[in-house]
Amino acid sequence: MRMLLADIDEPGLASLDVYARRGGYESLRKALGMTRDEVLADLDASQIRGRGGAGFQMGKKASFLPKGDIDKYLVCNADESEPGAFKDRELMQKNPHGLIEGMIIAAYAAGVNRSFIFIRGEYQLQGDILERAIVEAREAGYIGERILGSDHTLSLVLHRGAGAYICGEETALLDSLEGKRGNPRLKPPFPANQGLYQGPTLVNNVETLASVPHIVRMGGEEYARIGVEGSTGTKVVSVSGCVERPGNYEIDLGIPSREIIYGLAGGPPEGNELKLWFPGGSSAPVLTAEHLDVPYDFDSMAKAGSMLGSGSIIVVDDSVPVMDVARKVAKFYAHESCGKCTPCREGTNWTEKMLERMDAGLATPMDLEILAGVQEQILGNCLCVLGDSMAMPIGSMVKHFRDEFEAHIEAARARSELGTVEPAPEPATVMRDTHGPMPTAEAR
Amino acid sequence: MTPPGGDGPAPGHPEVKRFAHGSRLPGWDRAVDLDKDPAAVPEPATTPVPEELRAEIEARMALYPDRRSAAIPALAAAQRLHGWCSPEAIEQVACVMRVTPGYLSALATFYDMLETEPKPRHDVYVCTNISCSLRGADRLYAAVQEFAGDDPRFNVRSFECLGACDIAPMAAVDGVYVGPLEPADVPALLNDVRDGRPVLPRRQLARRHVADPDANREEYPRPEPQPASAQPKAAIHPGERERSIAGPVPGGVEGGEPPAADHGDQRGFEPPDPRQGKR
Repeated sequence: MRMLLADIDEPGLASLDVYARRGGYESLRKALGMTRDEVLADLDASQIRGRGGAGFQMGKKASFLPKGDIDKYLVCNADESEPGAFKDRELMQKNPHGLIEGMIIAAYAAGVNRSFIFIRGEYQLQGDILERAIVEAREAGYIGERILGSDHTLSLVLHRGAGAYICGEETALLDSLEGKRGNPRLKPPFPANQGLYQGPTLVNNVETLASVPHIVRMGGEEYARIGVEGSTGTKVVSVSGCVERPGNYEIDLGIPSREIIYGLAGGPPEGNELKLWFPGGSSAPVLTAEHLDVPYDFDSMAKAGSMLGSGSIIVVDDSVPVMDVARKVAKFYAHESCGKCTPCREGTNWTEKMLERMDAGLATPMDLEILAGVQEQILGNCLCVLGDSMAMPIGSMVKHFRDEFEAHIEAARARSELGTVEPAPEPATVMRDTHGPMPTAEAR
Repeated sequence: MTPPGGDGPAPGHPEVKRFAHGSRLPGWDRAVDLDKDPAAVPEPATTPVPEELRAEIEARMALYPDRRSAAIPALAAAQRLHGWCSPEAIEQVACVMRVTPGYLSALATFYDMLETEPKPRHDVYVCTNISCSLRGADRLYAAVQEFAGDDPRFNVRSFECLGACDIAPMAAVDGVYVGPLEPADVPALLNDVRDGRPVLPRRQLARRHVADPDANREEYPRPEPQPASAQPKAAIHPGERERSIAGPVPGGVEGGEPPAADHGDQRGFEPPDPRQGKR
C-alpha cells in the first residue's frame, strides 16, 4: 500500500494548491472537529511506532505529556543523519505540507502551542521548501491563532542545524535547539516531562508525523489493520549500498526482508552475493543472508538480533572485506561522538585505532577479543545510544565474521612482516611540540 | 576541530601559531592571556554590526522563547556574510545577541558546518560514509581532491552521511546535491561551479523521482534543476588572497592538501577491486 509516497512526484505537490486539491488539510479539519482526547485515542489505536529509530508508540508518547495550561512543545526531528537513512529527505522535499499537517494535528492532540522542525543544516533544499510551505500554511490560516475557528493555536518554526550527527538524539537535539552544543542529557527526566526549555516536549520523527493525517483520515483502528501485530502501518524503507536500485520504497510492515532487498531494490549486482546487511541504518547489528526471510518489522528484527531502527537497509556484498565496513562504521562514530561521556568517547576512538592496527598487520587474534570486549563495555553504559550504535554493529560483525577478521589479521601480518611496516606514529605530538619531549615514566 | 584558546604561552611569547597554516589573521594568532578576564559581552557602541546581519539575528531571536536558541542560525548568517566564523563575525553576533564571544566559540567549534578557520568560498562536500563508499566514494573523493588541486576557490571536504545514499556516490556542492558521480564527472562538476552554472543539472537530486515503482500512478515530468547557488556571495577574506599567492592552503601539510579535511586520512574502500594482493 502506498500512502506516504503515493504520487509523490506529482508536480506542485509541495505547494498548498495541489496538496489541498488532493484532499490535503481535510484530516486537520476532521481532527479539529473531534476533541483532543478523541484524536489522541485515534493515534493510540493506530499503534503506530516511531519511525525515527527507537520505535516507541507515538500515541503513548503523546499521552505522557501532562495535561493543563502550561507551555508544551512539539519538536519534529528532521535531523536525519543516520548513515543509510534518506526517507525523511524525500518526504520533506516533495510533500512538505504532509508533515506540517501532521504536526498541527499532533500538536492539537497533545495540547501543544509551540512547535519546531529541527532540520539538519545540510538539507538546504528541503529546508527552503519547508520554509515556503510554512508561510503558505500560515497565510491560509492553518498555523497561527485559533486555527480554522477552533481553540487550537500553534506556532511553527523551522530551525536549521549546523552539522552534527548527535543532534539526531532527541535530548541532544533539544540542547542544540536551545542554542547549546548538542550534548545528550541524562534520562530521566524524559522530554515528555522536561524537554525543551524545561517544558514537556513531544519529539517525533518526520515520517511518524507525516503519517498522522493518514491515521486521522482512516481512523486509528483501520490504520492498525495495515502491517502486522506490533508493527502497524506502512513504512518508507531506504535501501542503499550494493543493490541495483537504491532508493526509497514504501512497504507494509512485516513483508519478508528478501522482498525488499531483492524484489524492490534488485539485490546485489550480477555475480555478487549478499554478505551482510544493516536492517536499520549503520547503528543496527548486522544480519546475514540467512536472515533474509525474516519479516521486516520491529519485533521480528529484534528477535533476529538486530533492529528496524529508522528502516534504512544497507546491503554489503561479498566483494567488500568486512574489515573495511567495520573501519568505516567505527571512524564515523569516533568522529561524531560528542565526548560528553567516557565509554563512548574513548570506546569509539579505541575501536577505530584497534581496527587500524589490525588492518596494518600490527595485531594478533587476541586483539579481536579485546575489540569485542570494548564493545561490551560500551553497551548500556553511555548517556545516549551513540556509543551503543557503534558497539552493536561492530560487535555483531565480529560475531558473524570472526573467521574473516582472523584471516584478515593474519594476512595483514604476513604482508607487513612486522618491521617492513612503518611503526605507528607516537601519540601526543601536540604536547611534544609545545613543551619539548614527553617526560618518560622514570623522569617523572 | 581545534578550539580557539588552549594552553597559555610561556611568558615572553606574545605570538602562538595555533593553526598549521600559520594564519596571520587578527585574533587567531594572539596568545591567550591567562591573567586577562574572559571576553565580556561586546559593547554595542564600539562594535559595528552590518544592519542586514543585525536585522536577521534579531528576527531570529524573536522566534524563540529563549533568545539563545537563535545562536546557531545567527552564526550561520554571520558565516554567510563573512565567509567563516571569524573573531569579527563572532563579536558581531555576540553583540546583537548579548552573549559572550566564548559562548559562541563553543558552538562554532562543535558544529561541522560552522567554520572556525577561513575557508575557500565554494563548498564541495563529498560523502564518504558507508553507503557511498560501497559505491566508490573514496575514489570520487580522491578525484575531486586531485582536480581541485590547490585552487583557492574550493573547500573540498570528505563529509559524513549527507542523507542521499540513493544517489551514491554523491557530493553536495554549495548545498546542491548531485549524484551518482563517477570520477570522470569531476572536471565537468567543478567547472560548472567555477563558471557559476547550475552544477550537473541532469544529476541533481532535486530532479530525481522516487525509486519505488508503485509510488507514482503516472509518469510525471521532472522538476527544474537548482540554480547555481547564491551562497558564494560570501566576502573573500583578505587571507584568502594572500594564500593564493603564497601557495599553502589552510590545513595543508604540504602544498596541495585541501583545507579542513578533518576526517583523517582516507584509505581505499573500493568495492569493485577486492583488496587482496594489492599491497
